[in-house]
Amino acid sequence: MSIVIEELNYTYMSGGPYETKALADINLTIEDGEFIGLIGHTGSGKSTLVQHLNGLLMPTSGRIMVDGLDLADKKTDRRAVRQKVGLVFQYPENQLFEETVEKDIAFGPKNLGLDQEEIDRRVRDAMRRVALDYDKLHERSVFELSGGQMRRVAIAGVLAMEPKVLVLDEPCAGLDPRGREEIMGLIKALHREAGTTIVMVSHSMDDVASLAERVIVMNHGTVAMDGVPRDVFSRGEELRAMGLDVPQAVELAAKLREKGFDIPQGVYLIEEIKHEIEKILGKGGAAC
Amino acid sequence: MLSDITLGQYFPGNSVIHRMDPRMKLILTIIYIVGVFMVANLPGYVIALAFLYLVVRLSGIRFSYLLKGVKPLRFIIIFTFLLNLFFVQGETPLVSLGFFTLTLEAVENAVYFALRLVFLVMGTSVLTLTTSPVRLTDGLERLMHPLQRFHFPSHELAMMMTIALRFIPTLLEETDKIKKAQMARGADFESGNLLARAKAMIPLLVPLFVSAFKRANDLAMAMEARCYRGGDHRTRLRELKYTKLDLYGALAMAAYMAVIIAEGMLLG
Repeated sequence: MSIVIEELNYTYMSGGPYETKALADINLTIEDGEFIGLIGHTGSGKSTLVQHLNGLLMPTSGRIMVDGLDLADKKTDRRAVRQKVGLVFQYPENQLFEETVEKDIAFGPKNLGLDQEEIDRRVRDAMRRVALDYDKLHERSVFELSGGQMRRVAIAGVLAMEPKVLVLDEPCAGLDPRGREEIMGLIKALHREAGTTIVMVSHSMDDVASLAERVIVMNHGTVAMDGVPRDVFSRGEELRAMGLDVPQAVELAAKLREKGFDIPQGVYLIEEIKHEIEKILGKGGAAC
Repeated sequence: MLSDITLGQYFPGNSVIHRMDPRMKLILTIIYIVGVFMVANLPGYVIALAFLYLVVRLSGIRFSYLLKGVKPLRFIIIFTFLLNLFFVQGETPLVSLGFFTLTLEAVENAVYFALRLVFLVMGTSVLTLTTSPVRLTDGLERLMHPLQRFHFPSHELAMMMTIALRFIPTLLEETDKIKKAQMARGADFESGNLLARAKAMIPLLVPLFVSAFKRANDLAMAMEARCYRGGDHRTRLRELKYTKLDLYGALAMAAYMAVIIAEGMLLG
């Protein structure tokens, strides 16, 4: 199942005095099973773009096809689209409302009109995927949980819709390092095991570098770069000009190169830079 | 949909209306409201419209923008219109449909009440559109100040209003976000009967209240951290001062009221 975006334009408050063009001529194809990291500074149009992917926003002009369904067409069944494309908003724990964890996760499947048996199966499955203990937690109130747990419940609520594509807007924002790692781990597992297509919006270049197979950079409502992480992150100067950063490994590689060490271009993972440093150290002994 | 609400919004500007003292604007608005309810015939409403139009022109706000602000209230206006139409007892029957008789008085009443509501909303919108929330509550506080002698918490009330006004846009934004998040989980806010729609509001309202309480808590803490302790002995950064503009405003309003009253006596 692929998502095809053609000539997508979106303007906020069209015609009014506060008219702002949020997206301009976006052309993208998201293939089945990809892991995309979507980066861009605040206001670059990332959030606007992801809200188009499941029909929460209607394009001002252009076309979005999700699995053959045309989202610009008003007659398209929105629910069917939202079942295919799950969207996890920033700070998703703010949307929890039910009395118990189980009921909250069941909200999505219930809206899909599934029978109770299927709903139960999905709730258990979603909780397992986000590493929450069903037996221990399903009767608990969502408001008694810790921040990290609440976020996982919220993500489970979207996973219970069993979407083919999962879009996450800053899934790790505001979490402590441990919470971050847990969330990143479960996203990775979803991609590897269930084969879910992932689109992850993030400000953390390191998170994107460690997981994404393709990086899309947004700038002023347009796609500025689109490619494999190795290529995108080797354009550090351009990224910085857009108010973005590069992963720590790229930064370190650049600094080492400045000092005259021979680090090949395109290194962007921590393991790679580690390997390169070991090579230098092994070759020249204690070079410093 | 939510962005259509112009009531309570502030439209920055530097017109004569903007520069008037908020206290004077508040007083004049109250007088204007009294005026609106004194008018009871069509020529009177033409005069009121002319006056309102003049004020709006002076404020630099587009008249159409003000009309747009009435739109969200159309149901209340239609409701009052119908209520008056059907329940006012009159003496001059127009149409008779079995048990129900439509009278001239009822039609007049219905039209006037609907017009009054429209004028009310537009007039008060001029106040809020031309006065920043801070100045507005400042003005309110000063106006209520004499009541403090009777232990009336005028400062606290003004502070509460400032905070409420300050958080309207924030909460609207929050509502929009939660709504979208629930829609992403298949929630449907638009179809179904009244009961189903009311029930559909729960996933929206619960998180909204939770976040509003959280915000209130944070705000209280932040205020405490800056040693806020109510209105006693507080001095202010911007003192309110009446200027010539306020005198002109008061005179204009007095002239308008005189015309309205005279018109009422002549034609009423």
